[in-house]
Amino acid sequence: MLILACGNRDRADDAAGILVAERLRKLGIDGQECSGEAPDLMEAWNAADDVIVIDCVVTGAPAGTVHLWDASRPLAANCSGSTHGLGLGEAIELARALGCLPARLRIYGIEGKNFEIGGAVSAEVERGLAKVVNRIAAEVGTGQ
Amino acid sequence: MSGRGTRTIKVDTLARVEGEGALYIKMAGDRVSDVKLRIYEPPRMFEAFLRGRHFSEAPDITARICGICPIAYQMSAVHAIERALGIKIDPAVRLLRRLFYCGEWIESHALHIYMLHAPDFLGYQDVIEMAKDHREVVEKALRLKKIGNRIVQLMGGREIHPISAAVGGFYKVPAKAQLRELMGDLQWALSASLEAVRWTSTLQFPNFEQDYEFVALRHPAEYALCEGRLVSNHGLDIDPAEYEDRFAELHVKHSNALHSVVRGRGSYLVGPLARFNLNFDKLPDTARQAATDAKLIPPVKNLFRGIQVRAVELVFACVEALRIIAEYEPPGAPRVEVPNRRGVGQAITEAPRGILYHRYAVDEKGIIVTAKIVPPTSQNQRRIEDDLREYAAQLAAWPLEEATWKCEQAVRCYDPCISCATHFLKVVIERE
Repeated sequence: MLILACGNRDRADDAAGILVAERLRKLGIDGQECSGEAPDLMEAWNAADDVIVIDCVVTGAPAGTVHLWDASRPLAANCSGSTHGLGLGEAIELARALGCLPARLRIYGIEGKNFEIGGAVSAEVERGLAKVVNRIAAEVGTGQ
Repeated sequence: MSGRGTRTIKVDTLARVEGEGALYIKMAGDRVSDVKLRIYEPPRMFEAFLRGRHFSEAPDITARICGICPIAYQMSAVHAIERALGIKIDPAVRLLRRLFYCGEWIESHALHIYMLHAPDFLGYQDVIEMAKDHREVVEKALRLKKIGNRIVQLMGGREIHPISAAVGGFYKVPAKAQLRELMGDLQWALSASLEAVRWTSTLQFPNFEQDYEFVALRHPAEYALCEGRLVSNHGLDIDPAEYEDRFAELHVKHSNALHSVVRGRGSYLVGPLARFNLNFDKLPDTARQAATDAKLIPPVKNLFRGIQVRAVELVFACVEALRIIAEYEPPGAPRVEVPNRRGVGQAITEAPRGILYHRYAVDEKGIIVTAKIVPPTSQNQRRIEDDLREYAAQLAAWPLEEATWKCEQAVRCYDPCISCATHFLKVVIERE
């Protein structure tokens, strides 16, 4: 299983994905960080057949809510929050259009609320990311 | 729509640009009464972060300004500090810096040509829609970008925010064999780039020519990347040290990025068109011939043809990278020792989007006392507004939705990197 984490550790809750990867690594699980830019994501998951991507999201749900999406079905339109124009949502749809989407790709989205520059991760997101760490650890068999 | 009445062209979030901004255009009939490129990305404060830090930290700090063009920031930083301290670098290191920069140009230009800009010309909302009909084009873009990334990773230690650039050289330089491994990919990239020149020449361009003041670096012997004099088609010919004497930065209320102007004249254009028009004779034969075959002859005054010029610059970057790798002999040492010394130095290098100016003053302990950074998008900002004033007027009779879309496309011609200038672009056209 390939675990990819996106986010910006200097933008408060946006660090959620990266913090999940960090904590997974402490448990001996390889969690990689990725820029979140579409070509880089596609390159990172190229040849992988089971992928989990973790990122902070804004859907309007309460902060800290953990979403789990399966990329085998089209994601909601305009689901990217990247400021680079081509983010995770575009990477998935572009890979689907090009026929190179991994056989299984799931996205853990942790609902954020605070994206202040240099800000701290909110308590709600802390709780949300802890849940994601536990779920992934349980899945890969560390007993967490 | 008729040419009467007021209307507003408004794009609240400009897509396929790097960063956050908005565009507002107010029109009365076919007369444009107001254009504002609003950059609401918060100020980045990098110049303040640099104060009090040792000069050796500048390449790593400034690389953080941009995820797309970190090498440009590193190169302007190291060259400016080396000028401040009177440091001469090994010729082999100089070549490696050009190779490093070629990697960034390849990844940035490939991304912009195929994935950000081509959908505008082919009538698609975005690259995902385009990929369904033009799969091979998108696959080519991804492979080209990956090749650029490989160069950056090898030279810089990693693809994003590379870490190997140092004042005086690099912390680590590649072995000859490591560079040779890139040659097969680069040969493919060169033929793909030549195909890109041919392919972009088949696109339809709006008839929109303007009398620009083009500003670019010019080097006596090569297509300038890191050194040279700053020249323009309006007679400018200065050393980078004179930049602040001839250019001014102005604060405007609607933008968190400063507007740059040529003192006494106004807006100017930096980037691919400026470089191509001012340095056509310095392009390698292969690139010049490809441009000529595509009937792309300077001066190119149509902003929309920037996609063709970027393709020509892709050819240049591949030819140059192959040349450097073929000639490469590793330097005696990765970098020269740089003692602490008081000094002031300025440098300009050619980021993919245009000239990037840095100035540093350091004290006797090597601590940065002042830093000034003028990114290319900041320099083009005033010009973007001037262009839209003209272009929106041409679109007065167009339905509002289509006019808005066209104006957004015009902004994308600049491949603006708003994060650098201060990050989405939002467009509003208001018609009275």
